[in-house]
Amino acid sequence: MRFLGNLLTLLAVIAAVVVLIAAPWPLLLGATLLLGAWLLWTRIGRQAASVTGIGVSTLTQRAGASFVIIIGIGGVVAVLVALLAMAEGYNQTLRRTGSPDSAVVLRGGSSAEVNSVLSHDNALVIQDAPGVARDAAGKPITSAELVVAANLPIRKSRDPDDLGSVQLRGIGPEAWQLRGNARIIAGEKFRPGLRELVAGRGAQRQFAGLEIGREVRLGVQRWKVVGIFETHDALESEIWADATDVGAAYRRGSSLSSVFVRLTDPGAFSQFKAALSADPRLNVDVSTTTEYYGKQSETITKVIRIIGMVVGAIMAIGAVFGALNTMFAAVAARAREIATLRAIGFRGVAVVVAVMIETMLLALLGGALGGLLAWLIFNGFTASSIAGGVGQLSFDFKVTAPLLWTGMTWALAIGVIGGLYPALRAARLPVASALRDN
Amino acid sequence: MKYLHLIWASLFRRKLRTILTLVSIAAAFLLFGLLDAVRVSFDQAGRSAAGAQRLQTGARLSFIDTLPSSLGAQIAAVPGVKEVAFANWFGGAYQDPHNQIFTFAVSPNYIDLYPEMELTADQRQKFDSDLNAIVAGSALVKRFGWKIGDRIPLQSQIFPDRQGSKNWHFNLAGILKARDKKTGGFYDGMVLLHWKNFDETTPYNQGSVGWYVTRVADASQADRVARAIDALSANSAHETRTQTEQAATASWMKQLVDIGLIVGSIMGAVFFTLLLLTGNTMMQSVRERTAELAVLRTIGFPPGAVLGIVLAESLLLLVLGGIVGLGLVSILVPVIVKGSGGMLNLPTVGASSWAMGLGLMLLIGLAVGALPAWRAVRLKIVDALAAH
Repeated sequence: MRFLGNLLTLLAVIAAVVVLIAAPWPLLLGATLLLGAWLLWTRIGRQAASVTGIGVSTLTQRAGASFVIIIGIGGVVAVLVALLAMAEGYNQTLRRTGSPDSAVVLRGGSSAEVNSVLSHDNALVIQDAPGVARDAAGKPITSAELVVAANLPIRKSRDPDDLGSVQLRGIGPEAWQLRGNARIIAGEKFRPGLRELVAGRGAQRQFAGLEIGREVRLGVQRWKVVGIFETHDALESEIWADATDVGAAYRRGSSLSSVFVRLTDPGAFSQFKAALSADPRLNVDVSTTTEYYGKQSETITKVIRIIGMVVGAIMAIGAVFGALNTMFAAVAARAREIATLRAIGFRGVAVVVAVMIETMLLALLGGALGGLLAWLIFNGFTASSIAGGVGQLSFDFKVTAPLLWTGMTWALAIGVIGGLYPALRAARLPVASALRDN
Repeated sequence: MKYLHLIWASLFRRKLRTILTLVSIAAAFLLFGLLDAVRVSFDQAGRSAAGAQRLQTGARLSFIDTLPSSLGAQIAAVPGVKEVAFANWFGGAYQDPHNQIFTFAVSPNYIDLYPEMELTADQRQKFDSDLNAIVAGSALVKRFGWKIGDRIPLQSQIFPDRQGSKNWHFNLAGILKARDKKTGGFYDGMVLLHWKNFDETTPYNQGSVGWYVTRVADASQADRVARAIDALSANSAHETRTQTEQAATASWMKQLVDIGLIVGSIMGAVFFTLLLLTGNTMMQSVRERTAELAVLRTIGFPPGAVLGIVLAESLLLLVLGGIVGLGLVSILVPVIVKGSGGMLNLPTVGASSWAMGLGLMLLIGLAVGALPAWRAVRLKIVDALAAH
């Protein structure tokens, strides 16, 4: 019988945790309101409310122990939210780069732009494909680009020979028209033929020497930095220069890596893709930019998320046992008081609910503290990693509301596990002996 | 030592509390062990005695740029250079473009430069005699169920053959085994093909070389030799950049992720929480035993002994939990490595991790025990006895 009871409790705990983590917030809000109504309008509910009142009002006397729960859960939530925020920042930065109404064309089978080679003739064919948007003058809005990798000294490193890889994009004037969000924020655009380049804001943060007026060495050549641009997405981790200049420096002649096109509307993509696939002159892969950048972020985002969950789960185990410890101690310290309540007619359920509510309140505080810490320390924290196989991608941690909510549900789940067993023990306390014992 | 039974008894005075605390401590050290394994695997990448003797020479312009094959003979003539091999990036994938494999097209002597990988003499002979042969790492062979003699289709992400198809077919001639399982995971997961085959089959390479690998006669001369190699091509159209293998790997890893920062901040949060949690347990435990400690003092235990007993108790708590946690890591790591099919190669908990873990256990144990122990010493015996 006892065993069956324990088993049922365990199942209830698991169910509660699953519901907490999976349920959408309106459901939980509804449950909370229901609980509130029960506390106010039923007899046992009112009993529970008054026992909770006593417990909460004596929390300050057990400040040290209560603090342990709050800090323990706060730590779990802070680490979890920080790691998830890293994944989110990485994912958002890459995803924002794409849009459903633009497409990128690469040579067939190329996983990234640097691996792709297209000829100038290919680019001309692609430009005239159906579905491509045209400007007021009737010219197709496309940009044929040459992407290569360049080595530049890393800013954070003291060793000037410590080189990192950055993506260098050779473009023409059309690229600025195609990418409406690209904006020069300091200096000016490069002029063709003069080995001038503009650096993205993210690239500038990552690499030394990308200051306006200074020269950087790419191979044997010196290029002059004439401007800084921002795009608020993955592209600002690159440096841009004239396509012909880049082609000459990298001995690529007039060959290209990719063609970006603006579509007349997102629906035109299938028509565009079908036309290029059917063209015998071309062997290309066509994808919308949403799809292209989404695929790049997929793996790393998933890896970081899993790491966050695993680390969070192990920490949560520690926190659960910490909470159990504290709440068992709290119940033991109040054994006499609880026994008295039971003796004068308070029901066991009321005691269980009261202890649970107390734990959940502490968990709530812990979750809020952890979320706040993660937000204060990590929101906007700049990190970098390799993306697209070649260049450093600089991105900011993003602590978003859904992530904070995830953290909060974890906190509450820890609270449920850490509170239920002590609560049950409180309710099962043998009244007579608890009253007699000191 | 003579107090051990006393310490043990007081530690398990409240079984439930001690066990709950032990689990928390074990969880913290489990996390410590796992994260440390990740950090060590990042740290150790490219760090070996043979690695210190090898130099990598790549294009200074960028790592995707290639070098002329004529450079090889010039490098071989640099004083201090023992042997020169070269390789190209092939960018292979098996079946699905997502199954990317480290595939290199290498010169005939490439394998000789890497004593870390083992290839039996007859398999080596088979590889050398067949231009279309490949050798593959043992983890890959196991993962995809390949057998020697199989015809393996590999898709290159970069290079088409003369017909424009990027599907290449090779004969599996041998299986590469890492000599040291702990650090050699990389060698178990790669594929080598003949550079000559690669160069003749794809129209896009035209005799160029991705990078040179040089073995120097004396590792202490590596820096001098590296500078001499770079001087060969200084101010030419193909400037080179030569680093020891260790430095090259370290710089690549650093670009991938700043692992030290992440591990450091997580561990900081974990141990801070642990400190509070265990500290609270110890405080509770001493508070409950105030009367007992007073009795000990009354029957003649000197203050130092009481201090020692309380400190030893918290140390024992931490060390017990910590050893359980790190022990779990030793069991879990092989499971993870196996479960990931060789994709994740974590080293098992080494002596340095154990030493660091033990150091942390002692440190936290002392920090946690200090305050309660001090209280136990400052106890006013009469008050403590009277209060009861």
